[in-house]
Amino acid sequence: MSNIAVADAAAPSTAKPFLTRLGAGFVNRLVIIVPYLWLLFFFLIPFVIVFKISLSQTAIAMPPYTPVLDFSDGVSGFFAGFRDLNFDNYVWLTQDALYFKAYVTSVIIAAISTVLTLIVGYPIAYGMSRAPATIRPTLLMLVILPFWTSFLIRVYAWIGILKPEGLLNQLLLSLHIINQPLVILNTYTAIFIGIVYSYLPFMVLPLYSSLEKMDYSLIEAAKDLGCPPTAAFWKITFPLSLPGVIAGCLLVFIPAVGEFVIPDLLGGSQTLMIGKTLWNEFFANRDWPVSSAVAVILLLLLTVPIMLFQQAQARAQEQGK
Amino acid sequence: MIRKALWLSATSVFLTLFTPAGHAEDRVVNVFNWSDYIDSSVIEDFTKQTGIKVVYDTFDSNEILETKLLAGGSGYDVVVPSGNFLARQIQAGVFQKLDKSKLPNISNMWDVISERTAKYDPGNEYSVNYMWGTVGIGYNVKKVQAALGTDKIDSWDVFFNPESLAKLKDCGVYVLDSPADIIPAALKYVGLDPNSTSPDDIAKAEEALMKVRPFIRKFHSSEYINALANGDICLAIGFSGDVFQARNRAQEAKQGVEIGYSVPKEGAQIWFDQMAIPADAPHVAEAHEFINYMMKPEVIAKSSNFVLYANGNKASQQFVDKAILDDPSIYPDEATVQKLYTVQPYDPKAQRVITRTWTKIVTGQ
Repeated sequence: MSNIAVADAAAPSTAKPFLTRLGAGFVNRLVIIVPYLWLLFFFLIPFVIVFKISLSQTAIAMPPYTPVLDFSDGVSGFFAGFRDLNFDNYVWLTQDALYFKAYVTSVIIAAISTVLTLIVGYPIAYGMSRAPATIRPTLLMLVILPFWTSFLIRVYAWIGILKPEGLLNQLLLSLHIINQPLVILNTYTAIFIGIVYSYLPFMVLPLYSSLEKMDYSLIEAAKDLGCPPTAAFWKITFPLSLPGVIAGCLLVFIPAVGEFVIPDLLGGSQTLMIGKTLWNEFFANRDWPVSSAVAVILLLLLTVPIMLFQQAQARAQEQGK
Repeated sequence: MIRKALWLSATSVFLTLFTPAGHAEDRVVNVFNWSDYIDSSVIEDFTKQTGIKVVYDTFDSNEILETKLLAGGSGYDVVVPSGNFLARQIQAGVFQKLDKSKLPNISNMWDVISERTAKYDPGNEYSVNYMWGTVGIGYNVKKVQAALGTDKIDSWDVFFNPESLAKLKDCGVYVLDSPADIIPAALKYVGLDPNSTSPDDIAKAEEALMKVRPFIRKFHSSEYINALANGDICLAIGFSGDVFQARNRAQEAKQGVEIGYSVPKEGAQIWFDQMAIPADAPHVAEAHEFINYMMKPEVIAKSSNFVLYANGNKASQQFVDKAILDDPSIYPDEATVQKLYTVQPYDPKAQRVITRTWTKIVTGQ
């Protein structure tokens, strides 16, 4: 949900004049340094450790890989280590089509799920933002409510709903809509249902926060000038909610690519996703170096396009001004 | 080797028994065992007799346990890996040798089992047996009868023969998601050494499995317990105790689901879950006391009666329920025991081949 905070922070801060009077670059810098420290300790350092492991080799030892770039031979040993660095594990990833397939399937599944979540989430967020202000907090509460139950239990519940003798099939059979139970569990459909259901709040909340801030007198003005409602939606509402759409899509897409639990429980054995591949390498194969390499590539795969996208956005904004 | 219950239990269900943590002088032992694998009164009795508090935590797959152990500093004093995992972990230096002088009850152990566990742990220096069992065929008696016209399953043929498995496709077939358990069975079925790691042999096992792959609904290592018990599937290749658990749950549910278990006549894998002490265990003396207590005949018999697994304790057999002791699917007869095979751990190279083959089989591509 940090993206919402970022979106809000982009709006001009009303506290600024006060802080400036207080004399402060210093205060500002202090505030900025906190997220940087956070990133340093909880992202950059773990990433460096994972990257380091990805350059080592497996071994029957504790931990199960050969040491790389450590200080056991002193500082000179550390620098000597650079000469022996090898990227075998990355080469291995390119040699076996399995990993490429798994990355591609994961990205496709995540992309389809994100679009589906957007289609389901947008009307919900729109409805919430147009609801009377008195009931909005209640609606917001209802969106967050499922978080109070364990994620795993909610995914498990879907097994009970989707299985051949499950609630959904019983309902459809008793209404005579179908004569044969639908096979949904253990298919891609079940994965999509699981992801859309689980990540819906992550889509609805940023959408709601950008739609709620929208000035609806713009729509009235459009109507007065003779613009039909659909055109008004696409010309005014949707572009204005775009930051929410982007934030929501990223919040759904990024975790969905690496999703492990939903495909494991709801998907069939034929689903090849990178989260499962990573799990296999790490746990079943005890190949920490290769699984680290998989993780590094996954991260690059996700962050590079997002960074390029953000740059393009920033450039477009500057040109807009 | 048994992956019990929901795997969410693996994410640490801490069962702190008795007194809440507090006094520094309290004696404690941290035990990490499979889920649903002990009669909890055994732990209570241990605390009553010795005053040692047991912090009992559970896992549901060897992989989870192994990763914790290999990372080091797990904080556990007694862990229970399966034989082939134990062998590799000993090599990696995960465990300390047991101090046999502190384990007088070791004389109760059953030589038939100890001889076999010595293949994983030479001289049984690092571990003692807790429970053992087989990898076989669990099935829904009525559904199999309806589909195949017989409810007597005694051969791997029902699974590896595509014609027979095709008839079971619609009512559902589950298989353990564990190459080390299924590939040896396939090797055995095609008449090869179940321990072979030669790429040619593995390819033959792959071929045998690919022929029946279209009729398998899912590869999963714990879901089949519930699926069998609820009558959602009609056949599962799984661990003996898991299938018995499904059988009991089905009986409790009283929905008319009847579960059978068969140790195929061609031979099946026998596995052992072994109690061992990590090298960095914080409470070594208490760990020895705990293991010694678990080797008391009446104590381990109580656990066997509860979890329906055979144990490796000869002296305990007089205390084990007659129904369990006489059940050939739990305590197989001599002739069957002769046909049971053990599986050695794979070296890293073979492991890669096996995992890659397995991914192909599981994903069907």
